Amino acid sequence: MADLTSDFLGIKSPNPFWLASAPPTDKEYNVRRAFEAGWGGVVWKTLGEEGPPVVNVNGPRYGAIYGADRRLLGLNNIELITDRDLYTNLEEIKRVKADYPDRALIVSIMVPCEEESWKAILPLVEETGADGIELNFGCPHGMSERGMGAAVGQVPEYIEMVTRWCKQYYSKPVIVKLTPNITDIRKPAAAAKAGGADAVSLINTINSITSVNLDSMSPEPSIDGRGSHGGYCGPAVKPIAMSMVSEIARGADTRGLPISGIGGITTWRDAAEFITLGCGNVQVCTAAMTYGFKVVQEMISGLSEWMDEKGYTSIEDFKGAAVPNVTDWQYLNLNYVAKAKINQDLCISCGRCFAACEDTSHQAISMSEDRVFEVIDAECVACNLCVNVCPVEACITMEEMAAGAVDPRTGLEVQAHPADWTTHPNNPAAVKAAE
Amino acid sequence: MAHSSFTAGIVAGRLDASAYDANFSDLHPAMDDHTALVAADRCYFCHDAPCITACPTDIDIPLFIRQIATGTPDAAAKTILTQNIMGGMCARVCPTETLCEEACVREAAEGKPVLIGQLQRYATDHLQGQGVHPFERAAATGKKIAVVGAGPAGLSCAHRLAMLGHDVEVLDARARPGGLNEYGIAAYKTPEGFAQAEVDWLLQIGGIALHHDKALGRDVSLAKLQAEYDAVFLGMGLGGVNGLSVEGGDKSGVLDAVDFIADLRQASDVAALPVGRDVVVIGGGMTAVDAALQAKLLGALNVTLAYRRGRDRMNASVFEQDLAASHGVRIMTHVVPVAVHGNGSVTEIEFEYVNADMSGTGESVRVPADQVLRAIGQTLEGDGLPDLSGGKIAVNGAGRTSVDGVWAGGDCASGGDDLTVTAVAEGRDAAMDMHSVLMGAA
Repeated sequence: MADLTSDFLGIKSPNPFWLASAPPTDKEYNVRRAFEAGWGGVVWKTLGEEGPPVVNVNGPRYGAIYGADRRLLGLNNIELITDRDLYTNLEEIKRVKADYPDRALIVSIMVPCEEESWKAILPLVEETGADGIELNFGCPHGMSERGMGAAVGQVPEYIEMVTRWCKQYYSKPVIVKLTPNITDIRKPAAAAKAGGADAVSLINTINSITSVNLDSMSPEPSIDGRGSHGGYCGPAVKPIAMSMVSEIARGADTRGLPISGIGGITTWRDAAEFITLGCGNVQVCTAAMTYGFKVVQEMISGLSEWMDEKGYTSIEDFKGAAVPNVTDWQYLNLNYVAKAKINQDLCISCGRCFAACEDTSHQAISMSEDRVFEVIDAECVACNLCVNVCPVEACITMEEMAAGAVDPRTGLEVQAHPADWTTHPNNPAAVKAAE
Repeated sequence: MAHSSFTAGIVAGRLDASAYDANFSDLHPAMDDHTALVAADRCYFCHDAPCITACPTDIDIPLFIRQIATGTPDAAAKTILTQNIMGGMCARVCPTETLCEEACVREAAEGKPVLIGQLQRYATDHLQGQGVHPFERAAATGKKIAVVGAGPAGLSCAHRLAMLGHDVEVLDARARPGGLNEYGIAAYKTPEGFAQAEVDWLLQIGGIALHHDKALGRDVSLAKLQAEYDAVFLGMGLGGVNGLSVEGGDKSGVLDAVDFIADLRQASDVAALPVGRDVVVIGGGMTAVDAALQAKLLGALNVTLAYRRGRDRMNASVFEQDLAASHGVRIMTHVVPVAVHGNGSVTEIEFEYVNADMSGTGESVRVPADQVLRAIGQTLEGDGLPDLSGGKIAVNGAGRTSVDGVWAGGDCASGGDDLTVTAVAEGRDAAMDMHSVLMGAA
């Protein structure tokens, strides 16, 4: 069996699955249950500075987006950082870490953007024996209105400054958690790196309103008839998170910066994908909040089985393996030609491919009287929409055309050599090939 | 209870009260909101959906299911009822396993179709339960139309005509409207007076006058109707029943399955209905299966369904056959009755085994029977009708008969599958054609 042991910034954990800083990691009871269930690590829910804790709303904190059969696809929340006393949290962290020395325990922190505040809390956290800290520069609701969380994460200069303070007053690894509510994720990542961060973690949640109550005209979750934007997470945000992770993994100023991947990770496959995009480990929250801590068992068995199948013996073997293949559109091979192909044995004749193609795409699927659906190669641009709307797995596939074959749509021979937009004759800025 | 399943002869009260309640409750209990949403989520919203093609009334099934899935069941009901005004009854009695649900692509994908029939009932019950009638009459046309028969064909026709602005008078031979919906369908498919409630709801459109105990040929002639009305629609069904022309076929204890079922439907207390200990039903259609299963549910000890061909040739759907078999009805195939034995009352029925080509094998078998139910087909009754074809009123596609101004539909007309849903479609389409003709468009 593959070795799932994770070494992230020198922090060891039996597997790369950590619980993200969030409601599931708010207190000792939950964290002990998580470790018993098999989670490799936990980022403790964000601690604030000493004094009266924050207060949460006393109404709904979550809103949801559903797929078929009420499968939870997206969740948002308006919960704040921990609303429990700082010292209670610190004592619990210390106890749990002592009892689970083999698990990773990271403490998330958010205090005002003043050196004194950080200088005050960091020694207290250091004293717990936790393995590292994560700076919450991502929380998009509530705390950001008070100049913390995403309000810091949206200003690269603040990120760099606070990271530097943390490296100065804390001896263990410092992870900077980034907000996706920003135009270019590489800027805050570079700032964190400049400030001396050991790693970044992303994404935090996305500004969102999940729904509007059409009776009360209030956004959901609704507190006494009014709503505020919350932080969006769950399977729906995975594509956004992976894009941002990949930008950092391949960015000129950020390449090589360790990444802890977060955003909609629900299965072992999601985790594997984040790792191939350069993540050293992953953090999970919504999947646990939806199904309970036991989901980690599927993540462990699935990742392990896949690694065995591929011959990978450690996480390092495939970490970042997909990064070289993430590129800009202009470098995509325009000489690559594919055609959709419908497997008639698997087809159940629902006709969704036809409706999609006929109404919204290229009229490249024919429908016979007896509901046989076939691709018209002379029209098919291989857009993949039919594959995406087909309800049957692997019924429609994209088949590459071999070099030398003639594409019936263009009448042109498929070229063996790649060629992209940078050299394309239609590109006014095309690079002239050497004579 | 005075009797048990073992009591010989035809007696009532074979079961205790709770058993009757259980046996004659809803075959498919109504879906609750959650079940309906889960079921609706399985619909793929197919393009030019095969289920629509398979529906005799062309209900836009993917649309109404999507309307359920998005929390608008009343809109779903309107989608259904626009095409099929008796969508509520059809949701209960349609052999969906050979119509829409057989065509469902999820039947092809997983062998489990979307539960279209039950979802249709969910939607129509939701709207009709509020007493809402969603259709309004067009401006009055001044035309008067007679509809003979208040069954699915006649009522469907009458409703569409009324909606188009015509005045309609419906004449029915029986005491209550509904036709086979009221008298002919198994009790467990439409319990709690649904058939009458649906008629009442349908009549809310207005412009329809209902006359009961008025039979064509007995109380009124077609010629008189033609003279008094601008058009006539014949939808009186099949009033006659084929007899059992074998030796002893007239013995006491031999009766028509349609009467047995009608008595059951009209009974205020099914426990008071007598049933034999050893019941034999002859036939292979829906009436035969309904009669056999209900005899079993009334407490008969042994119920045999005897059919002259193989199960694959039975008109009753596989679902209906299996339902009966699962309740203990024995299905005998390749047998034809040759004699009914007994001294005054039936005690045994004798069958001969027959080959696939219906030739006799010369071998026979006797089955104990104290009650024999004939379900070997119904026939059209009446004189002076338009031209017939195959024993039914010959019609073209839109229900036009050989006589100008007279249309026909439902079981009394040629073509169709003798299903409730076909009758509804034929009544509706005839109404549209009558409207075109009367208003001078065709």
